[in-house]
Amino acid sequence: MKFLKSIRIVLSVLFFLPIFLFFIDVTGKLPLYFHQFLSIQWIPALLSMNFAILGILLLLSLLFGRIYCSTICPLGVLQDVLTWKSRFFRKKRKKIRYDYTVPKNILRYSILALTVIVFLFGSSFLVLLLDPYSTFGRIASQLFRPLAIWGNNFIAFVLSAMGNYTFYKVEQVSFVPLAFGVASLFFLLVLQMSWLKGRSYCNTICPVGTSLGLLSKISFFHISIKESTCTHCGACEKQCKSQCIDSKATMVDDSRCVSCFNCLSSCKSGSIKFETRYKGKQDQPVEQMTNNSRRTFLLASGAAITATALAKTNKILGKNDTILSRKPIMPPGANTLEHFSAHCTGCQLCVTKCPMQVLKPAALQYGILGITQPHLSFSTHVFCTYDCNICSNVCPTGALKPLVMEEKKLVQLGIAKFRKDMCVVFTDEKDCGACSEHCPTQAVHMIDYKDGLTIPEVTDDLCIGCGACESICPVRPYQAIYVEGSTNQGKAKKPAEAKKFNKKVDDFGF
Amino acid sequence: MKRRDFFKSAAIVGMASFFKTNALGSVLSGKEMAVHSEPDLVAVMGGEPEVMLVRALKEFGGIKHFVKKGQKVVIKPNIGWDRKPELAANTNPALVGALVRLCKGAGASEVIVFDHTCHDWKKSYTNSGIERAVLAAGGKIVPANDESYYQEVDLPRGVNLKKAKIHKSLLECDVWFNVPILKHHGGAKNTISMKNLMGIVWDRSFFHSHDLHQCIADISTFHKKPALNIVDAYRIMKSNGPQGKSESDVVMLKSLLVSPDFVAVDTASMKLFSQVQPTDISDVRYIGLAEKLRVGTQNLDKLNVKRIKL
Repeated sequence: MKFLKSIRIVLSVLFFLPIFLFFIDVTGKLPLYFHQFLSIQWIPALLSMNFAILGILLLLSLLFGRIYCSTICPLGVLQDVLTWKSRFFRKKRKKIRYDYTVPKNILRYSILALTVIVFLFGSSFLVLLLDPYSTFGRIASQLFRPLAIWGNNFIAFVLSAMGNYTFYKVEQVSFVPLAFGVASLFFLLVLQMSWLKGRSYCNTICPVGTSLGLLSKISFFHISIKESTCTHCGACEKQCKSQCIDSKATMVDDSRCVSCFNCLSSCKSGSIKFETRYKGKQDQPVEQMTNNSRRTFLLASGAAITATALAKTNKILGKNDTILSRKPIMPPGANTLEHFSAHCTGCQLCVTKCPMQVLKPAALQYGILGITQPHLSFSTHVFCTYDCNICSNVCPTGALKPLVMEEKKLVQLGIAKFRKDMCVVFTDEKDCGACSEHCPTQAVHMIDYKDGLTIPEVTDDLCIGCGACESICPVRPYQAIYVEGSTNQGKAKKPAEAKKFNKKVDDFGF
Repeated sequence: MKRRDFFKSAAIVGMASFFKTNALGSVLSGKEMAVHSEPDLVAVMGGEPEVMLVRALKEFGGIKHFVKKGQKVVIKPNIGWDRKPELAANTNPALVGALVRLCKGAGASEVIVFDHTCHDWKKSYTNSGIERAVLAAGGKIVPANDESYYQEVDLPRGVNLKKAKIHKSLLECDVWFNVPILKHHGGAKNTISMKNLMGIVWDRSFFHSHDLHQCIADISTFHKKPALNIVDAYRIMKSNGPQGKSESDVVMLKSLLVSPDFVAVDTASMKLFSQVQPTDISDVRYIGLAEKLRVGTQNLDKLNVKRIKL
């Protein structure tokens, strides 16, 4: 049954590479339809109610156990890569050898219960933090992508010095300490756990892994040891990265088995097999789950209360410019703040795909519960481009609803606020008009001011809050025109067209 | 000094002054001489971009008058916006492509095209149709989205703008062409040849915060002048510039204005534009300010202007 392991490895590479490359693709060379790979993930499929994908994943789990964890989940495969690489740092490059451990049931079921309860209370905070796919996205975008950008820029620097512009310099992603911190924390955690204990993260912390463990207890196929021929040599146990094989007791803890099939090739007597659970004889008694519902309930309600309290108290106080305390600007397609907060898991896919790099992971703009959820952050030449709807179309969780281009052009992300007393036309009495020049709908337009000068004016119902005006306003650090975010994205009026000029001009005029 | 050497140097000095006076003489003798030499401004109307370009260049003695074999050429169109050609927000791609082809035909070793765009540069290069046209004509389109592509130069004649970071490819080339499109402009009133220079500069926000018009006039004093300003007025944007909202902002004029003189070509373009959208040229302040800095002249009557209708 060695071939099962080979199939698993090939499949996991086929799933992992496109996802990984899609996240670190700094110059946008990969086609956008690669995002389809990301909808085949449990949490995104659950949040976006993608029943077809859910059905397939459920069927796979019921048939083969936690095959999602070993092949489809990018964080799972990342751990395998880390474990594999850890060999090169060990004495004599030896492979890691595992021993059976008892399951950390209290911890893993508490985390699962807590995540579910907090979600039912209306906050996706723990889903955001613990969804393995989103954690992977944050690690890839915050830690690996900057390295890829450096690499790209180095190549671009060398080649452009020789007059070759095949590679071009890409702006380094702006540093958001909190997002970087969250990504680093989880990366170190995963690194440490996979380095020493294989898939311990998946079996202790990951709520998706824990819930799939419940399914894999009844999966059609599972790993079983034939007691009659087993010599209790422990070879399979040493291979088991989930540390779920107890060779002395000839027992496999199905709830922690990720169907990696490493054990199958290790058995010399051929006693360990991946076979159907339902062929008459019941191999192993199903292990009892500790009854910890009371403890879990208390923990969960405690967390929920703390979380709500934190969200409520998160008001930014004591800043001197109104621009600092503005409402966050959600990406197009977010609709309402409630919908967006509840569905976005901060996987950073839209952030990495935004051609303008205007989408950034939030620090506390959405409150503590919304860290790493994307928001628009304008800077010079960085605003939401008019003819672009990429973010809304790649979002795997449905936090951003797909928009067609004509819809996107009318979605009001916010409304521009003009502060006349700060405008250079008012303060210096000189022409500028940069804001109006960049306004795609002419919601910001120039009106007569005095002595042939013109000054900007905003028509609110034409404004889509793209931030082009704010990004280009020369008044710094606080612009004379800025976008106030909308918590409920409205629909702007279609800009009126100019009067057509139909006369024939056949003279030069000079 | 040897006697022979003395004669040699005397001869050289004599020759030099001979040519010098000759050149001086042609300037001093005024209008008549100028009429017979190359024109100051050529305006063509009624053809396709490539046809009008070839016709206009003929008046100047053809592309070979400007581009010599083995030279590095830069073409600076307006590619500022992520807009399709029909919206006239960017220079006509057919015109840019034709110019690249002519330069290559004249033996240019390399023809480089760039613009420091306002919208995302990749999307602007692609959707303007200019990238495709340039590549098809054998040119090279290079990025201008990063400060590392720029180098600082002094502008001693500038009033507000004394220094600017300019794209290196322009500083390194042998000859360059400024190829703007004629458009209405919310900030600068109109954008033509001088306003197009904002796309060779890195830090544009300085312009907006230090009197836009003066800074545009200042950048026009940049010592490395384009061989020609080729103003695309095939389609012009009469309103809602510089981006435009729809094709209602666009007017077909099927015209092309060519001149080495920034001020003259912008003045002529404004007169053409005013027939569609009456505009007081004094409101386009940078034209007058540039004339004050002796960049060129607004007085078209003094110039040798060729008007050609096809």
